[in-house]
Amino acid sequence: MSEALAIPLRRRVMGWLQPHRIVLILIALAIVMAAAIFMRWDWLPQYMPLALQGIWRTIWLLVVTSALGLAIALPLGLVQVTGPIWLAVPAKAFCTIIRGTPLLLQLWLLYYGLGSLFPQFPWIRESFLWPYLRQAWPYGVMALTISYAGYEGEVMRGAFAGVPRGQLEAARAFGMSRWKVFRRIWLPQAIHRALPTLAGETVLQLKATPLVATITMVDIYSVASRVRQETFITYEPLLLLALVYMAITGVLVFLFRKLEARIPSRLG
Amino acid sequence: MTAATAVPAIRAAVEDAAEAIHIEDLHKKFGQLHVLKGVSLSARDGDVVAIIGGSGSGKSTLLRCINCLENPTSGIIRVNGEEIRLKGDSHGNTVPADRRQIERIRSKLGMVFQNFNLWSHMTLLDNVIEVPVHVLGVKRDEAIAYGEQLLARVGLAEKRDVYPAFLSGGQQQRGAIARALAIQPRVMLFDEPTSALDPELVGEVLKVIGDLAREGRTMILVTHEMKFAREVASHVVYLHNGKVEEEGPPAEVFGAPKSDRLKQFLRNVG
Repeated sequence: MSEALAIPLRRRVMGWLQPHRIVLILIALAIVMAAAIFMRWDWLPQYMPLALQGIWRTIWLLVVTSALGLAIALPLGLVQVTGPIWLAVPAKAFCTIIRGTPLLLQLWLLYYGLGSLFPQFPWIRESFLWPYLRQAWPYGVMALTISYAGYEGEVMRGAFAGVPRGQLEAARAFGMSRWKVFRRIWLPQAIHRALPTLAGETVLQLKATPLVATITMVDIYSVASRVRQETFITYEPLLLLALVYMAITGVLVFLFRKLEARIPSRLG
Repeated sequence: MTAATAVPAIRAAVEDAAEAIHIEDLHKKFGQLHVLKGVSLSARDGDVVAIIGGSGSGKSTLLRCINCLENPTSGIIRVNGEEIRLKGDSHGNTVPADRRQIERIRSKLGMVFQNFNLWSHMTLLDNVIEVPVHVLGVKRDEAIAYGEQLLARVGLAEKRDVYPAFLSGGQQQRGAIARALAIQPRVMLFDEPTSALDPELVGEVLKVIGDLAREGRTMILVTHEMKFAREVASHVVYLHNGKVEEEGPPAEVFGAPKSDRLKQFLRNVG
């Protein structure tokens, strides 16, 4: 049994280890070795706990804002395709404004604008939300969420519109209610169509997260800047930062590929 | 509903008990375009009605009005004796008055499309059990058992876990027929089921439809396959310019056409 399994595994490993890959691995190893030997990493143990916390916060921010943003993007896209005009126009306007202004601006408008407006109202200061609204992270989450929603609303509009009419017609012809047509046929096909774009957009969202450092949130990027400020070491923390973002991107791309592969598609 | 109004409704239902589809003076306009100009048609249980006619004659529109994929502009449609209630909407179109009613009626009509329209994100078996499980409330394992039986019948038993994109046109259309059969329909509606197929794939689909006709299934079939219509139909309707130009048993319609237009049409397609 174990032997039967071992042979294909070994063959799979051998198949993967082709000459060009071996060369690339050796080059990568050489770079890592050179970085480890010739650069300064003595600060690392001291900042490790903070860095881990920062990585966790970056991932958390990415997952939460992408999920919330997609949840808002679905109705935004849908009403633009099929909704009444009094919903379609505001949705279109929202997407246009969000996509037309820099995220940094949106973030600051929320944090410095709303954030300084809220304390003027006693009922907000007395509400249960106040302990959260005093902190920076709700504004970071809000800004990244509406940004993702704005971009993905447009993506989902195209995805909903791109599902062939016949697919929905067949669903209606068999007596599905509007809601069932949406849930069983339209939504899954639209999401599947949008997945490659959503993968790219989520990677972009990851790389938009460092902006929250400008409103005092401590993500992995702000940890790297703090190391620079406190130790005057510049390149090493930035290199590590690049590595962290690349690793998260790799995981993201891998996960989206898995999702896409659940429905095999044929080219041509 | 009061007793007084209920009685005539029941009487109508009893009289039409054997009438699966009844269409009376059906009109359909697309804007200025008058596609159906007062078509009447009736199919009793076990009938195979073939609708023939040139392109633009309105035959597909007629079929699609039966399950309200197109909303008729005016006229009466009864399915199993139940009249589809229509109403005017704010844009001046006619729409079903009761969405629930139309959904219930649709779930008894097995539609087969020209372009198959199998749901591309599901395997073949999932396509077949989708409506029974999610609309009709059949238990999943029962639906699977019946679905496998139907797939075997159309010769696709081994393809149950394949996605539609990996099937040939003929296989997709046979799968679409299995999907329509899975709802145990009172009437099967075929909308030019072989028109999108490569010539060499037409035969396998016609064979499946022919088998269904011979076992006494009620069907309404829009088709360009005159030879096939002559073989399987119990009644043939020739539509021209949105009107029934001629109708009757296949032997009469094909063997001794009366109208010049039908003679001309049969010469052209023959």
